[in-house]
Amino acid sequence: MSADGALTASARVEALPRIAEAPRRAPVDWGAVAVHALLLLCVAVIAFPLYYAFVISTQTVEEVIARPPMLSPSGHMFENYVEAWTRAHMARLLWNSAIVAVVSAVGKIAISVLSAFAIVYFDFRGKAVAFWMIFVTLMLPVEVRIMSTYEVIGDLGWLNSYAGLTVPLMASATATFLFRQFYLTVPNELVEAAQLDGVGPLRFLWSFLLPLSWANIAALFVVLFIYGWNQYLWPLMITNTEAMRVVVIGLQDLIPRTGTHIPEWNVMMAAAMMALLPPVAVILFMQRWFVKGLIESEK
Amino acid sequence: MKRAVFKNRGLPYLLVLPQIVVTLVFFFWPAFESLRLSFFRTSPFGDKTSFVGLENFVNLLSSAEYYQSIANTFVFAFGVTALAVGLGLFVAALATQKVRGLAAYRTAVLWPYGIAPPIAGIIFLFIFHPSYGVLPYWLGFVTSYEFNWLLKGWVAMALVIIATAWTHVGYNIAFFLAGLLAIPTSVLEAASVDGAGALRRFRSIVLPLLSPITFYLVVVNLIFSFFGSFGVIHAVTQGGPGNATEIMVFKVYKDGFIGLNLGSSAAQSVLLMFVVIVLTALQFRFVEKKVIYS
Repeated sequence: MSADGALTASARVEALPRIAEAPRRAPVDWGAVAVHALLLLCVAVIAFPLYYAFVISTQTVEEVIARPPMLSPSGHMFENYVEAWTRAHMARLLWNSAIVAVVSAVGKIAISVLSAFAIVYFDFRGKAVAFWMIFVTLMLPVEVRIMSTYEVIGDLGWLNSYAGLTVPLMASATATFLFRQFYLTVPNELVEAAQLDGVGPLRFLWSFLLPLSWANIAALFVVLFIYGWNQYLWPLMITNTEAMRVVVIGLQDLIPRTGTHIPEWNVMMAAAMMALLPPVAVILFMQRWFVKGLIESEK
Repeated sequence: MKRAVFKNRGLPYLLVLPQIVVTLVFFFWPAFESLRLSFFRTSPFGDKTSFVGLENFVNLLSSAEYYQSIANTFVFAFGVTALAVGLGLFVAALATQKVRGLAAYRTAVLWPYGIAPPIAGIIFLFIFHPSYGVLPYWLGFVTSYEFNWLLKGWVAMALVIIATAWTHVGYNIAFFLAGLLAIPTSVLEAASVDGAGALRRFRSIVLPLLSPITFYLVVVNLIFSFFGSFGVIHAVTQGGPGNATEIMVFKVYKDGFIGLNLGSSAAQSVLLMFVVIVLTALQFRFVEKKVIYS
């Protein structure tokens, strides 16, 4: 953004004659100040819940339940996180979540790259049917076929397995559409030249198309990683052993239900912070890819 | 369409095979299974199945509980959408001014999208906590009304709506900002030369240009809250208090998994599929028009 982007167009027009009179001082743009104030307010409102969760995760139980509520961090962060780590078997939970997120994202991308390649670069009988079948998956989210999908996984013997946790997540119309869209923008001359040189289809995919697709792949990976990490219903259904739990589900055991537990919200929040850190960090550090992936995969 | 294509008999089938297999096994098979089961009644132990025709649907459509869950779903979905899209539009309106540091603001509001709604639900569960939470404490200064989500259905509903909208607002803002950047500055400058104030510029230029994106986001947010919201309900309220936050997707799970009423659960799945088809068709009418910047 250019430096004068801060000035609104109208302010710039008004400012011109004044600059001629007093070149040193630009007038304070109160409009821009008000806009910044309102934007900062929005940011504060959106950030507050996370800040508060962090604050709670650093307090003792007495501080958590103190009235008036303490809104600044205390010094007990370390013991709360250690307690949450051991009590929730956090290492195992995070490991399982990482596997689900990475394997389902990589698998989905691999499957989609191949099928989009077939659909764009080949003419084959049944292409329309294949395309239609992939498209229809958009209309059948897991949530609407809970019981029968559970039975299918049971019939396959995949309950409590990584295969059951990841493979069913791999069919995705959006990823296929994204790659199809991208391949269609690749100029025909490239494939024509490759064919003249005697390059076969798989070689073309590997040495020409994939290197061009890295930006799309990275963007999609970020979005799919977060999607996989935050899966809930699926892992809830098909796993019932401690060893196979993912972190979003494992957290629930720590919720102090009113009246029956010591209100150890500090331990709860420490565990929640650990569970939400990986996907949030991925968004923050790979923001450019993330935004690209979000916007393009929804086209 | 591409004119240059590779000639090969078997290869294209091999390439689409993995996706088709996963689609058939995990999408089509269960969907048809749901359709089939919706015409049967299964005994709780799963040992006897008998054909009952449309009885499952008739029972559903004559049960007050089902209508309650439909109503809850609509309140929930429209609540989340209004809040998340509304706040997104508000930020977009502010950003029309082309303020400095827009990218930093985007970062500052985008990250909650990484938080799983059930975890967001747990955080808000504490914020709303009747005895320890800050929200009832602050509201206590204003009113003596008891904001206890365990007792008051609408407070529980507000809790899950706010928690869900919180995770989704950054997504909407990212889309609105992308749309804003696509509006040529010259259009806005021309308007201000003609004497249009900031509010006027937003109303007559930016809003109409953003309306396709707004429409798209409304549909996406509705789909997301219809189907992606099982987790927050399951983790936080379990559909309670009473049935106040029992949305349709949660009821499919509860009746099938806990109540073991497979026929009814399958019938609900079939009705839900119908809803998704309508919403997806709406979403694709938008894509057809290709109004999102490209």
